Amino acid sequence: MSFALAEEIVSEATEQVAEAAEAATKRMTLDMGNNLLYAVLGYLVVFVGLTLLMAVIIIVGKIMVAKAKKPAAAPAAETAKAAVPEAPKQLAPGSAGDVKLYDTDPRDAAMIMAIVADKLQKPLNELRFVSIKEVK
Amino acid sequence: MFDSLLQLISESGFAGFFSNPDGWRNLVMIALACWLLYLGIKKQYEPLLMVGIAVGCLLANVSSVFMTSDGSLPDALYHQSLWDAFLDHSSPYYHDYGHILATGGLIDILYIGVKAGIYPCLIFMGIGAMTDFGPLISNPKSLLLGAAAQFGVFFAFFGANLLGFDAQQSASIGIIGGADGPTAILTTTKLAPELLGPIAVAAYSYMALIPMIQPPIMKALTTEKERSVKMTQLREVNKTEKILFPIIVTIFVVLLLPSTAPLIGCLMFGNLLKESGVTERLSDVAQNALMNIVTLFLGISVGATMVGSRFLQLDTIKIVVLGLIAFAFSTIGGLLVGKLMYKLSGGKINPLIGSAGVSAVPMAARVSQREGQKANPSNFLLMHAMGPNVAGVIGSAIAAGFLIKMFGG
Repeated sequence: MSFALAEEIVSEATEQVAEAAEAATKRMTLDMGNNLLYAVLGYLVVFVGLTLLMAVIIIVGKIMVAKAKKPAAAPAAETAKAAVPEAPKQLAPGSAGDVKLYDTDPRDAAMIMAIVADKLQKPLNELRFVSIKEVK
Repeated sequence: MFDSLLQLISESGFAGFFSNPDGWRNLVMIALACWLLYLGIKKQYEPLLMVGIAVGCLLANVSSVFMTSDGSLPDALYHQSLWDAFLDHSSPYYHDYGHILATGGLIDILYIGVKAGIYPCLIFMGIGAMTDFGPLISNPKSLLLGAAAQFGVFFAFFGANLLGFDAQQSASIGIIGGADGPTAILTTTKLAPELLGPIAVAAYSYMALIPMIQPPIMKALTTEKERSVKMTQLREVNKTEKILFPIIVTIFVVLLLPSTAPLIGCLMFGNLLKESGVTERLSDVAQNALMNIVTLFLGISVGATMVGSRFLQLDTIKIVVLGLIAFAFSTIGGLLVGKLMYKLSGGKINPLIGSAGVSAVPMAARVSQREGQKANPSNFLLMHAMGPNVAGVIGSAIAAGFLIKMFGG
């Protein structure tokens, strides 16, 4: 008796699974109106989704830019106050100081220094250029 | 002696081409596989996938010739009948991976990765690890171009329905317009697996042909003046923004459309590995070793679905034509919104970057750069075009998510 009941339950469950599987794999055919509706709706969903994402990214970007400006602005304001008498010039790390240019364009000077460093096979920050003068 | 020779000949695959009812189809497919190999190797059309697809096609059709009288293929690498049973809800082997593992050939087992949607997602992880979303973050308006360039997806979906395909098949054909191979494969596997072969070949072929498909459309829809617009330099994006981007996109897009989770989740996970700066080894594996292995498996197993009896049908020609239409209309959609942005920005945005909204990264962006430089040799659009280009990847994943949600049952 109980075996027959179990068999019935199993066969019923199998039928239900088969029906569910059939429903899941059922193919849809669309009439003209629904076809157009799905196409427009799909395009709209992509547009709305990406527009909202754009808004979120713009907001995050603005927050980031504002945050980056704040710490940069604060030290700038402090140094502006402190540097009223005479601001000591900050040298680039490894720099030997300024090079004096006489009748020479800074661009040409940079080129000359790079060529000299290359010819000597030495890094630029290990060389000291005192001045560069155009010979006329 | 003579009888033995005759038996040897009659049992050979060459005789099978004529004795087997589908033999001639296999012969045609072998020729097609050789042509695809030529395109991949000689013409270098998406060679990383095209060569794998061609070899998969070749192996499936060569071994299909040896069909026995009861219709079985004892030595085949791929068995179409196993997968038919796998999809047939009345079969005792419906969705039975164990049966495939027990009785399938090498490619049947590799194909499980396609069927379960694993390979496309892993490829997306690799793409994420290789992609710099910086241009998109610095110019979020690019997302609109990425959205606009999904026009072809829905246009081809509409057209396929009109041509008699059902909704699932139309959705799979339409997604070719997303110009994104893994997305097209995942969508087709879920909605219309019987069309996987032609759709994969069409998607990858057209992606390779972008430098030929897009320029005439770009020239037709834009003026010389528009094409020569020089765009201003993009702002610099800091590391925090780059780390936050994949997290925000994952949360936002997946909450919006849960069916995008496999693609978007993996894409953004890969990107987070790259941008976090603390998982360099994992990022390296995702974009090199893992990506290469999965590409290998994906190519050969997708190619194996191109069995002659299924591939050589009128529907395949329709798919090839609709795929081209999808690509063209995606380009048109991106360009038209690019033109609109050109007008609204007072001529500051070059509309050519709109065509890069079809995802094919970075090919579509390179085409925008090349066409822009033709109009104005001092024009450098590449980085500007990369924004819509990567936005297109997200856009096509959303389009796929929508189609899977609507027609996936």
